[in-house]
Amino acid sequence: MATVDIRNVRKSYGPVEAIKGIDIAIRDGEFLVLLGPSGCGKSTLLRMVAGLETITGGEVAIGGRVVNQLDPKDRDIAMVFQNYALYPHMTVFDNMAYGLKIRGLPKAEIRARVDKAAAILELGRFLDRRPSQLSGGQRQRVAMGRAIVREPAAFLFDEPLSNLDAKLRTQMRVEIKRLQDRLRITSLYVTHDQVEAMTLADRILVMNHGVAEQIGTPLEVYQRPASLFVAGFIGSPPMNVLDGRIDDRGEAVDLAGGIRLALPQPRLSDAGRAVKLGVRPEHLATADSGFAIEVELVEALGADTVVYGRLAGGESLLVRVAGLPTCRNGDRLTVAPPPDALHLFDAVTGRRLEG
Amino acid sequence: MTPSSSRSRLIDLVPHIVLIVGVLVFVYPIYVTLIGSTWDSGTIGRGGLPLWPSGEGPANYAQAWAGEAGDRAMYTPVRTMMLNSLVMALSIALGKIAISILSAYAVAFFRFPLRMAFFWLIFITLMLPVEVRIIPTYKVVADLGLIDTYAGLTIPLIASATATLLFRQFFLTIPDELLEAAKIDGAGPVRFFIDVVLPLSRTNIAALFVILFIYGWNQYLWPLLVTSSRDMETIVTGITKMIGTGESANDWHIIMATTVLAMLPPVAVVLLMQRWFVKGLVDSEK
Repeated sequence: MATVDIRNVRKSYGPVEAIKGIDIAIRDGEFLVLLGPSGCGKSTLLRMVAGLETITGGEVAIGGRVVNQLDPKDRDIAMVFQNYALYPHMTVFDNMAYGLKIRGLPKAEIRARVDKAAAILELGRFLDRRPSQLSGGQRQRVAMGRAIVREPAAFLFDEPLSNLDAKLRTQMRVEIKRLQDRLRITSLYVTHDQVEAMTLADRILVMNHGVAEQIGTPLEVYQRPASLFVAGFIGSPPMNVLDGRIDDRGEAVDLAGGIRLALPQPRLSDAGRAVKLGVRPEHLATADSGFAIEVELVEALGADTVVYGRLAGGESLLVRVAGLPTCRNGDRLTVAPPPDALHLFDAVTGRRLEG
Repeated sequence: MTPSSSRSRLIDLVPHIVLIVGVLVFVYPIYVTLIGSTWDSGTIGRGGLPLWPSGEGPANYAQAWAGEAGDRAMYTPVRTMMLNSLVMALSIALGKIAISILSAYAVAFFRFPLRMAFFWLIFITLMLPVEVRIIPTYKVVADLGLIDTYAGLTIPLIASATATLLFRQFFLTIPDELLEAAKIDGAGPVRFFIDVVLPLSRTNIAALFVILFIYGWNQYLWPLLVTSSRDMETIVTGITKMIGTGESANDWHIIMATTVLAMLPPVAVVLLMQRWFVKGLVDSEK
């Protein structure tokens, strides 16, 4: 058990800067999810913590010890890979025991640790099998077993569920959550799946183009996205974003087509400012005044319904309502958000306007 | 019987006929050799070799195996030549595998300066057949005093671009994550090689061993050049030396027996390693 401190960590490939200075202190036992689209640098960051990539600048400390110059084996970490990376010629037992054997643990100790991990992961029956004789979910559990038996200071997960089908992914997600509740080992978990991030994380680090867009608890990231990027990345369907301008008295936002939405509290300092207004589809509900839309498409998902609407100005607007569809293509609706569900972002920088 | 089923019988029959004819073409000379090794030299010499065995076999084989001389000339006994050939074929096969698997491991898994330059250097030697460089190679071996030694016989043939390339291609199919997982487990390059790469290469090694053993066993030109003493004669060169230039009659019965004996080790290797050989060529166990 240990903290993991990432201090102004950078990574360059020649002139290209892939990671532009990430700072985060991960608490002992915390589950941190690195979330972002492919190519945002989240895997590179994880691999630098693991020691599989060199660190161009900054420091990584595990348990208070700077590990920049240490080999992966000396960092006291265990890693779970996307494609499992099990040794194909070894049995499940040998796969889990290999790292312990190299470290020269006594045979009885190895046996005990593997048996314990196998019991936790319900792999007891498979210890004599080869990875090729297991299903994808079982292989992933072996990969996690290999990490658990090491009893490391930190777990590193590199998109561990991406190779599984949707049903198995949900199941394994729950298992990882249970495991984490039970073991309480500091974990870094890379994913591009926002559901995994929301359900597993104590905190999420949202990355884009090598920059930390936001660090916060899942609900913070959902309720107060720090930037347009985060707003668009978290939430399904994504947040509606419309061009607008805060009026001269700072009391409301004026949008195209004469739509005017009152702000929950006046923002005098931002009066007259051009903004991007964000509204989550699930916060829109039918109202007497607000956005007048023409329904273009209705997706019935069973538990709820997504309505694709178009405003008079041509912008599209998504609305998500609970229950079965109540409208059809071509219908005209008026929807509006409650005042406290408005998100304001700077029109130029895309950063959230706090207040 | 319906016409269509008789047609399908015909379609079944044709490939079998083709195969049987093919087998006969390949097997007949070997059969003649086998039969010839059981007759006396007089019968073979008259050109009227029957197609059934005779009783001279055991005597012929005993003479070929241990005898220093035939009826008409002096020979190196087969047991000496067999031993030489076996040493040569095994050294070449095992040496080639050892050298090429290590160099392929270096080229595939390590980043070092001039890595690709070394790879291409190995690669272009593929384009030079042994015969092209045989004179300089002979000069080197002669200057090192290795004429008529096992070292001179085998070392120049051990470097193998083909095997290096085959292993490299196989190593490239081993996912990087496996190497990374091993790094995190604490395995250094040597342990990774012994614990992971070698076991995964098992079937490839077996297939290459069969091919390279036969390659080594059948070497002709090089042994002919670097051996001059009778004690270093290999069986393939030995057989050709047994066949005279036409000025004297040949001990055909001994030559045939020697030939049959010369076939046995390669056949044994193929039969013993058949299962792995096919596996190594057909599937990659992953």
